[in-house]
Amino acid sequence: MAIRKGKQLEWKHKHLLGLRDLSAEEITYILDTAKGFEEISTRSVKKAPPLRGKVVCNLFFEDSTRTRNSFTLAANRLSADVIEFTKTASSVSKGETLLDTARNLEAMGIDIVVVRDSAAGAPKFLSRNINACVVNAGDGFCEHPTQGLLDVYTIRKFKGSLEGLKIAIVGDIAHSRVARSCMWAMTKLGAEVTFVGPPTLMPAQVDKLPVSVSYSLDEVIEKVDVVNMLRIQFERLGGNPFPSVREYSHYFGLTVERMKKAKPDILVMHPGPINRGLEMESEVADGPNSVILEQVKNGLAVRMAALFLVNQAAAQVQ
Amino acid sequence: MNSELLIKNGRVIDPANGIDEKCDVLIVDGDIAEVGQIKKSAETVIDAAGKLVTPGLIDIHVHFREPGDEEEETIASGSAAAVAGGFTSVVCMPNTKPPIENETDVEYVHRKARQARKTHVYTMGAITKGLAGVELAEMGFMSEAGAVGFTDDGNGVQDPSVMLRALKYAAMFNVVIAQHCQANSFAGAGVMNSGYYSTILGLPGADPLAEEAMLWRDIQLVRKIRLGKIRYHAQHISTANSVELIRAAKKDSLPVSCEVTPHHLLLTEENCAEYDTNYKVNPPLRTSRDIEALKEAIAEGMVDALVSDHAPHLQSEKELEFLTAPFGIASMECSLALFVKALIEPGVLDWPRLIELMTVKPARIIGVDKGTLSKGKQGDVTIIDPNAEYLIDVNKFHSKSRNCPYHGWAVKGRVEKTIVGGEIRYSVGD
Repeated sequence: MAIRKGKQLEWKHKHLLGLRDLSAEEITYILDTAKGFEEISTRSVKKAPPLRGKVVCNLFFEDSTRTRNSFTLAANRLSADVIEFTKTASSVSKGETLLDTARNLEAMGIDIVVVRDSAAGAPKFLSRNINACVVNAGDGFCEHPTQGLLDVYTIRKFKGSLEGLKIAIVGDIAHSRVARSCMWAMTKLGAEVTFVGPPTLMPAQVDKLPVSVSYSLDEVIEKVDVVNMLRIQFERLGGNPFPSVREYSHYFGLTVERMKKAKPDILVMHPGPINRGLEMESEVADGPNSVILEQVKNGLAVRMAALFLVNQAAAQVQ
Repeated sequence: MNSELLIKNGRVIDPANGIDEKCDVLIVDGDIAEVGQIKKSAETVIDAAGKLVTPGLIDIHVHFREPGDEEEETIASGSAAAVAGGFTSVVCMPNTKPPIENETDVEYVHRKARQARKTHVYTMGAITKGLAGVELAEMGFMSEAGAVGFTDDGNGVQDPSVMLRALKYAAMFNVVIAQHCQANSFAGAGVMNSGYYSTILGLPGADPLAEEAMLWRDIQLVRKIRLGKIRYHAQHISTANSVELIRAAKKDSLPVSCEVTPHHLLLTEENCAEYDTNYKVNPPLRTSRDIEALKEAIAEGMVDALVSDHAPHLQSEKELEFLTAPFGIASMECSLALFVKALIEPGVLDWPRLIELMTVKPARIIGVDKGTLSKGKQGDVTIIDPNAEYLIDVNKFHSKSRNCPYHGWAVKGRVEKTIVGGEIRYSVGD
């Protein structure tokens, strides 16, 4: 069993930058660690001591509500002190550079930096230049590892394992870090992933990725065990990749009508926030197959595991 | 004055005159006086046994950042870097701040170069005012002031009617129009080549079509105009399809030339995988397939010049996220060794053909009577030790900048001496 194999593994990464670089065993190990933390949130005193005396800094250069709150709460539940740093952009034209900001924070003695940046690679860049642990909370179109982890955690919880599952990821693949992190985690754990969306929202050389590609949600919806609907990120769309919202929803929206063709036990997922009526109709978002709020709940356990493990690896290094 | 400099016993390579033999070169009063077996002595004698003696190298694509970004490079520091790289002539690009767009700007560059007194510094002028791609700049006055060509380098001229006008107008002065081929609508906000690596790295990619579409368009314009003196030069071509376009244009005897940089022969998009901004360059690093196509084109003689596209930047600017850091690689001081690694070591070119692409051929593109050891020409000579092996060390650069991904590379082939107008302006170790 993958789970038992995972338990024996020694976690060595003091940064969590992306899922592309992790093995199936390492991903499973994080999921198993998160399972242990899920219980803490059910206690009347929702706190455990592993990060007591540690300082976590939320360094967010992009808007975020749920990811940021989820990380803050995860750090609080592990008894860490949390400081918040918000800025609209990290480019040099807007003031202090990312590196200077991080070095200043480090001088204050932080242990873990949770970073979100519109520039892909920013977490990796930070990890090379500071001593603190770095956890990626989303970088450009590159990765959003804790989102990918909480998605596979949720699927595992409902389906037992990802081995052999058919999963569709639908929408703006080109600009989605969630699609990329999900792809790496899901395929490593044995699922078959299909990217669904118009060709204008597929990334370059998508054929070289370990996924299938379809331009028809109607064809794919009948076959899959899980459908993960991405948010249309109007702020990232360059040009005019589809003619209108109306036409997009017609072909790629998850409607009640389309759901009739799906397997009865299909899991409906969405990383949030939902554009209701665009990616999916409200009846579907709130319907019996939706695990969207479960994803949010599991995100907390996964982020506790991420903070816990990087801190542990840093302690071993010292 | 009657100063004499005699370079003895070297392997003299002068492609323009078909010379490749062990002999001597005599420079009298700054000009080449004789090449052959010279019995007499001179006041200064250099023993070049085991070395190559070539016409001074010429790099027709460099950025010296002056005026405007003197913290990155100046004409003085760039000139020092040039002679350390073996270059006796360089051509600065006009995308300074402000750009080189009138005769006064051209004269300013020349004055700074005279003060630096290291290498011959030429400049291209802007094709359009402010490099904005709308109104033609004063190409006539600039060429009278000594500009050796025109380009909006850094930008491609987007509007085809403006480009058509520029080509036609420039024909009146017999000057080359050089294009940075990049159709912005295809390049978008791309910071690296669009492909598998941009996809997995989550970085905006620039479609290779950005280069190819503009090159194709320009070749159609050249084909259409067919004026006697029009000359078009495609700067830093980087893709296999661009090679095909150039090949077709040359087959039809169109007045089209092109150049290639060392990074497009040695590095690929995969080098961006760690988000190291020293690999962020425009046009972006492509694929090994493109490298093979470029090498094939060079072997066939389809490429007319090898250039560094020396693009210095501050450390602090390159210490940014890949998305925000500026484009460019500073490589003028090691470009000869890099071309040796890319072209001579794998047998794509021999020494005489490499030297031809770094001397007389680029000189012809800019219409300057240089790059040969013909009697009476200015005494610009580079002495190269083809067997010297060493590690590239950016900390020894004379350039003000260090944005060079080749630091620590083991290379072969070193500039020993750079002689400009009969004066030794650089000796190894300087």
